[in-house]
Amino acid sequence: MDIAINILLTIATAATPLLIAAIGELVVERSGVLNLGVEGMMIMGAVGGFGAGYLTGSPWIGLLAAIAMGALFSLLFAVMTLSLATNQVATGLSLTLLGLGLSGMMGTSFVGQPGVRLPNLDIPGLTSLPVIGRLLFGQDPIFYISIALTAAVMWFLFKTRTGLTLRSIGDSHTSAHALGIKVIRYRYLSVIFGGACAGLAGGHLSLVYTPQWVENMTAGRGWIALALVVFASWRPWRVLAGAYIFGAVWIGQLHAQAFGIPVPSQVLSALPYLATVVVLVLISRNKRLTMMNTPASLGQPFVPDR
Amino acid sequence: MRLELVKRPQRSILFSALSPFIAFALTMIAGAVLFALLGVNPLTAFNIYFIEPISQVWQLHELAIKAAPLILIAVGLSVCYKANIWNIGAEGQFIFGGIFGSIIPVMFPQFEGPLVLPLMLLLGMVGGAAYAAIPALLKTRFNTNEILTSLMLVYVAQLFLDWLVRGPWRDPQGHGFPQTIQFGDSAVVPELMPDAGRANWGIVFALVAAVLVWILMSRMLKGFEVRVLGSSPRAGRFAGFGIKRMVFFAFLLSGALAGLAGISEVSGAIGQLQPVISPGYGFTAIIVAFLGRLNPLGIVAAGLVLALTYLGGEAVQSALGISDKVARVFQGMLLFFVLGCDTLIHYRIRLIGLALAPPDGAVKLEASTKLKEAS
Amino acid sequence: MSADQDATNLLEVRGLTKIFGTLTACDHVDLNIARGEIHALLGENGAGKSTLVKMLFGSLEPNSGEIFWNGKAVRITSPGVAKKLGIGMVFQHFSLFEALTAAENIALSLDDGSPIGSIAAKARALSYSYGLPLDPDSLVGDLSVGERQRIEIIRCLLQTPQLIILDEPTSVLTPQEADKLFETLERLRAEGKSILYISHRLEEVKRICDRATVLRHGKVVGHCNPREETAASLARMMVGSEVQAVVRAPVAGIDAAKPLLEIRNLSRKPATPFSIPLRNISLTVRAGEVIGIAGVAGNGQGEFFESVSGEVLQQDAASVRIRGKVAGGLTITGRRLLGAAFVPEERLGHGAAPRMKLSENLLLSRHATDGKAFVGMGGMVKSGAIQTAAQRIIKAMDVRKSAPDPEAAALSGGNLQKFIVGRELDRAPSVMVVNQPTWGVDAGAAARIRQALIELSRSGSAVLVISQDLDELFEISDAIAVMHNGELSRPMPIAEATFEKIGLLMGGAEPGHAEHGLEIA
Repeated sequence: MDIAINILLTIATAATPLLIAAIGELVVERSGVLNLGVEGMMIMGAVGGFGAGYLTGSPWIGLLAAIAMGALFSLLFAVMTLSLATNQVATGLSLTLLGLGLSGMMGTSFVGQPGVRLPNLDIPGLTSLPVIGRLLFGQDPIFYISIALTAAVMWFLFKTRTGLTLRSIGDSHTSAHALGIKVIRYRYLSVIFGGACAGLAGGHLSLVYTPQWVENMTAGRGWIALALVVFASWRPWRVLAGAYIFGAVWIGQLHAQAFGIPVPSQVLSALPYLATVVVLVLISRNKRLTMMNTPASLGQPFVPDR
Repeated sequence: MRLELVKRPQRSILFSALSPFIAFALTMIAGAVLFALLGVNPLTAFNIYFIEPISQVWQLHELAIKAAPLILIAVGLSVCYKANIWNIGAEGQFIFGGIFGSIIPVMFPQFEGPLVLPLMLLLGMVGGAAYAAIPALLKTRFNTNEILTSLMLVYVAQLFLDWLVRGPWRDPQGHGFPQTIQFGDSAVVPELMPDAGRANWGIVFALVAAVLVWILMSRMLKGFEVRVLGSSPRAGRFAGFGIKRMVFFAFLLSGALAGLAGISEVSGAIGQLQPVISPGYGFTAIIVAFLGRLNPLGIVAAGLVLALTYLGGEAVQSALGISDKVARVFQGMLLFFVLGCDTLIHYRIRLIGLALAPPDGAVKLEASTKLKEAS
Repeated sequence: MSADQDATNLLEVRGLTKIFGTLTACDHVDLNIARGEIHALLGENGAGKSTLVKMLFGSLEPNSGEIFWNGKAVRITSPGVAKKLGIGMVFQHFSLFEALTAAENIALSLDDGSPIGSIAAKARALSYSYGLPLDPDSLVGDLSVGERQRIEIIRCLLQTPQLIILDEPTSVLTPQEADKLFETLERLRAEGKSILYISHRLEEVKRICDRATVLRHGKVVGHCNPREETAASLARMMVGSEVQAVVRAPVAGIDAAKPLLEIRNLSRKPATPFSIPLRNISLTVRAGEVIGIAGVAGNGQGEFFESVSGEVLQQDAASVRIRGKVAGGLTITGRRLLGAAFVPEERLGHGAAPRMKLSENLLLSRHATDGKAFVGMGGMVKSGAIQTAAQRIIKAMDVRKSAPDPEAAALSGGNLQKFIVGRELDRAPSVMVVNQPTWGVDAGAAARIRQALIELSRSGSAVLVISQDLDELFEISDAIAVMHNGELSRPMPIAEATFEKIGLLMGGAEPGHAEHGLEIA
């Protein structure tokens, strides 16, 4: 029983950064912008979070720094693609490349240093409840943020007028512009929100998951988050489901390695990446469905004429 | 203050030529700031970074060694990107080229002679192309986004190589080091001028590939097909060009070139397979491709510049104790500035101040309104 | 007070100017719109009408000039400002969101925060009261063009504007639907609202408009009362000179002539969630004749063109025959090699690659048919040969351009269309299929293109023209068929065809003309 609960807890921990990064990117893509820099923003969040936590000794300051770092880094992407109308694919790629380099350089002195960890929730009486206690009341704070964030984004996108406006921009920025909607402003805010989420996701890695700094510690999670958005057909609750499935795959292969299953460890390590490919193939096979769900102006540069 | 883009009626030839240089200049400025922040005199750092690594002949050979794979890969990628096909998995194709090409020297080390090397190179190209065929197949058959699949396959390739050199291909006499046996003499890409430096035939392959692809893209119907399908797919379909065939063409070509780069690196610069055979050439080549404006001849120049950032990174690490990650930062910044400057080719940029300086028409309008009120 | 207000115009525009790069799209334009009038804004394609109204609606910023609203100087800096003043707009290219419902589309342009449900109810009520029934819960992507226009109009009316701008509203309607729209406009005028009505269709302007302002090359060339003018005099004002009338020589013995393009029971499933299936289409085009296909946009014309051109292949290869040969399984290149030529609706991005030179665009459709002339050994392009051929076409079609071999995007719509049509004519094709030959093209270029198509047919080729412009079809066709909801009616000989009959078919009356049906039976 305890083992089962422990496994569930580790799955949640593995799924949380995927969920947060993917929810952020979902909002960005719903506004019609494709930011392939999630991996780069995430690693910047991770190094920023670790650094601030390590230097101040406060994991909470680390958390804020991770968010700020992701948001700031995404601003670079926003200026390039929204104000200078650069190619979103190439700019997103370069954001990832720059992030991996910059984080490596910033983190040189952090390598091997002990980090700080965000404490798990501990509510007397509740956390010690059998079975559900630790699952519901004993996890790290970012876990709760991730769930609340998913619910909030669902509500925002589908229940508020601002959310409707955001979706309309993703559907047709020319129509939105003709109606006087501030396309660029909405997209700036979306991109920065996505960056903050990616930063937070990175912060989770270096402040909760493995509280230390390791170069390239995101290990492709940013890319998997991007795939999750496609997998989820741009719907928040499906992102939630997808993130937990991938969390399970991730944890599953780690446990399999620990149990010494007679399969090369490299094969097991490759599973999350292979699973991503398989899932993408399965979801994109249905061309009609993909076309129905993809925001129609996704990835198109927009230059309003005045 | 606000930026405003004004579309040019025709692409600016001036800025097409200038933009890489402006980008390079901006990178230098940003680099100077970066070094200053790290507490190093920028001039000293620049000297160590950009001048010293190429001040002697043997160092130019090192530059060629680094530039060769970058140019080879980037030339292939330029065809993909011109066709609007986003192969970002060249790193994986590079690795698979290295693995396939190594089949002969690792599994049949007794096979020697002048045939070995050409066969290895050929196998390397086949390996890279085969690995690139996977995202191409998934894109054409299942409509799967090639960006994500090609990237995921990089991780898989790295793990596969890791397994090979720790498992079945490990040198039994290698004292447990994760590496294959040293390749035999006939399995090594020969050096060009052994007396002057280490540069091997890899750089020649790169230059030949660049010239051939330049002819393909600028003079041949196939190149026209690539450009049409990339810039307006609907017009390409109207022309009778098949988009699926193009996906395969671009992926196989770039995969083969990345594979050739991989086996040239393994058999030339390294001489055996190791768990890691590339310092991210496959990704850096993306920068090279864009810095070279997706033009194979420009890519040759860009490849040399990016190779220098690698050498410079190593130099500042040993001389100043700065992380060699600074090279990655330079590369990333350079790509950013290149993309930003490319905006100038298609747009004029206007800075608009808030309220203080409305466009001249508006000023007139307000002035005339005042006149009316006064009269 | 109200009398005082009536004295001033609702809207006055003085010297409004808009410059794009080197082009002065609007040059010191003056315009007065009184209360309760329908004011026509007339002009050719490219005369600056759309630019002017975009400035009035705040989508574009003028370089200079003044706008007075109720006698007060105003700056319309955004569509939001325009809406607050009381200016509403019905766009020619609708500003709608296909993935959203009609009600959500309407909500997006209203500034109040009222819930979607109540907006839907209001929209439904208003739409029925104006006789433009609308289901607010339907997805815009599923709606016909006519229905989409209703959303635009209802959306505009819900903002209770004083001035409504309609940009080419009838171009997407059948003649009967247009009549319905005119009733609505007259009712709005009776309610005291002003309407700025943009059109290049002179008959309808004469019918409903009280005053007209005519634009030419960005300048106002006159104000007039259209009821006192003739269509010809209005046309002269718009074009600035006499437009060459298209001459259509009669063709003798069409039935005996060889069928060059035969379509038999062509069907196609919808390719995308929002596209139209083709149902059992049959049609024969013979040597020497021009067949026109009329229809409201979005009834399957695009899908039909793709199927005939070979951009999409047919399951049943025999469903398309070109010069007697089975062609349904051939690609567009294969069909070209049989002697067919195609001109698609969209010029930039379909018929031509915008960022490529004209000479390269020549290669686009002719790399295979003229392979010997244009492509040499080992696939090398003969750049000299394509340059020469491009210059030949430019001269033959009188293509006006600013550089010797400019990018396609740098040409005006009319000039680019002349080049694209000329590119195909230069091959002397035996079958020519054209979709919207003169859409968005100025009158001079349109006349030239139409004349060229007629001449091609009279030299023994088969010409098939798909067009939304009924005037054009009546001008050039020997018979007109109508496409509605993916079905094609039997071609009606031009001698029998009237606007009314064709209009009914466009609106979905029995496809396959009843009289012809009887004859067959």
